[in-house]
Amino acid sequence: MATEPVNDWATDYDIFDPQYVKDPFPIWDELRENCPVAHSGRWGGSWMPTSYEDIFNIARDVQHFSSRNVLVAPAGPPPDEAGAEAAAFQVGAPPITSDPPVHTWARRLLLPPFSTKAIARWEPETRELCRSLIAGFIGNGRADAAADYAQQIPPRVIASMLGISKDMANTFTDWVRGFLEFGLTNADIRGEAARAILGFLRERIEERREQPGDNLISYLLESQVDGRPVPEPHVLGTCFLLLVAGIDTTWSSIGSALWHLAQHPEDRARLVNEPELVPVAVEELLRAYSPVTMARVVAEDVEYAGCKMSAGDRVLMSFPAANRDPGKFPDADKVIIDRAENPHIAFGAGIHRCAGSNLARMEMRVSIEEWLARIPEYRLEDPDAVTWAGGQVRGPRSMPVVFP
Amino acid sequence: MRVRVDGEKCQGHNRCFSLAPELFDVDDLGYSHESNGGIVPPALEEKARLAVANCPERAIGLAEDEPSKE
Repeated sequence: MATEPVNDWATDYDIFDPQYVKDPFPIWDELRENCPVAHSGRWGGSWMPTSYEDIFNIARDVQHFSSRNVLVAPAGPPPDEAGAEAAAFQVGAPPITSDPPVHTWARRLLLPPFSTKAIARWEPETRELCRSLIAGFIGNGRADAAADYAQQIPPRVIASMLGISKDMANTFTDWVRGFLEFGLTNADIRGEAARAILGFLRERIEERREQPGDNLISYLLESQVDGRPVPEPHVLGTCFLLLVAGIDTTWSSIGSALWHLAQHPEDRARLVNEPELVPVAVEELLRAYSPVTMARVVAEDVEYAGCKMSAGDRVLMSFPAANRDPGKFPDADKVIIDRAENPHIAFGAGIHRCAGSNLARMEMRVSIEEWLARIPEYRLEDPDAVTWAGGQVRGPRSMPVVFP
Repeated sequence: MRVRVDGEKCQGHNRCFSLAPELFDVDDLGYSHESNGGIVPPALEEKARLAVANCPERAIGLAEDEPSKE
C-alpha cells in the first residue's frame, strides 16, 4: 500500500511503512533513546511507547487504558454500513475487547479449555499435522516455510478445537488476513471479512445448538454465567476471537522462528543435539520476534511519562518493542537461544495476557521439533525474497527455503 | 528457601510451572500457586530463582528461611 515517507519517527511514525514492517528494530532503538513515547497523527492518531517498563505499566493500568478497541488502526463499520452489519462490528471479541467487570467473567469462561493441561490433548494431532505437511514437500528439496508449513498449522488446530471442518483452513486464513492484515487499512475489506466470519460462525453455532459435541462452540453454549446461559452475542463474539486471534499470530511466530533458524546453523545444531532446549528457545524466539502489537484507548485524561493523553486517544502497545529493550534484556538485539532469564511480554501483561498462549507455545514447540527432526539443514533460498506482514501482526508471509 | 505466588499479580503465563513443575502447580484457569507450602529443597533453589526471574508479572516472591527460634 502506498504511504507517505516518514521523516521523523518520533512525531510521524507509520506502522505500515515498508521499512517499519521489514526491520522495525533500529526504529524502536532510536525512539527508546530519544522519544520513548512517540506520537503520530497517521491512521487515526496514536501514541507509541517503546520501553519495556512503559508498555508493562500501561498494559496493567486498565483503569486509564481501555481495551474496547484493540486494533492498531481504527476499527468500526464503514461509513455506509447500517443495521445488522453495523451491529456485527459492535459484537466485539470478548474478552480481548472487554474491560472489567465483563472481562472478569468472560475470561474465566474462556481460560479452562486453554490451560496447559487442556492444551496437551491437542499435541499428538498437531504433531501428526506437522509430519504430514513436511512429508508433502520434503522430496522437493525446497518449500515455502511460511506458506506451506507455518501458515498451515494454526488454522487446522483451532478448527479441530472448534469442531469445524479442517477443509475450511485456507478460507479461515483468507478471512483472518482480510480482517487483520489487508483490512486494517481498508474498511471495505475488513467489513467483508468480518461479515464472512460472523455469518459462518452463526451457522456453526446453530448447528451446535441442534447437535452438541465435544468442542469449544458446544462448551460455550453449555456454559453458564450467574446461572444463565452465556448470551448469544457473547458466544458469537468469543468464537470470532478464537478464530481470528490464533491464526496469523501463531503462524507468524512459527515463521519467524524458522526464519531465524534458517540463518543460524549454530542455533539449529544446538536444538538438534539438545531437543530439551526447545522450550527455552521458543521463549527467546517469542521475545526477539514477538508478532503482536495491540492497542488501548485512553479511558480518561491522563498524563503519562510527560505526555498529556486525552480520553479517546489510542495507544499502540508494541510488545515487540518492549521485548527488545536493552534496559530490560542484556544483548536485547541478540538471539541467545538458551537465554535463562527472559520475562518477555510477547503475550502481553496484566489481565489481557493472551488466553491462547499455552496453545501458541505448544504449536511453536511441536512445529520446530518436527521441522528440525526431518530438516535439520536448510537455508533461505534468497534472503531478499522473504516478504513480511506487519502492523498488528508481524511475521514472514513468503519464505522459500532449500534443503539437501 | 521458600517461594510464594502472589495470586493478585499472577495472570497465568505458566512460566514458573513449565520451568519448575516441582515447585508450582496451576489451577483449571491456569493460575499458579506454590506446591508443598512453598518449601524449596536445596537442589531446586536455582529453579526457584529462574521462576522468579522469568515471571512477566513479577508475581513470585522468594524468601530465605529464617533461623528457627524454637
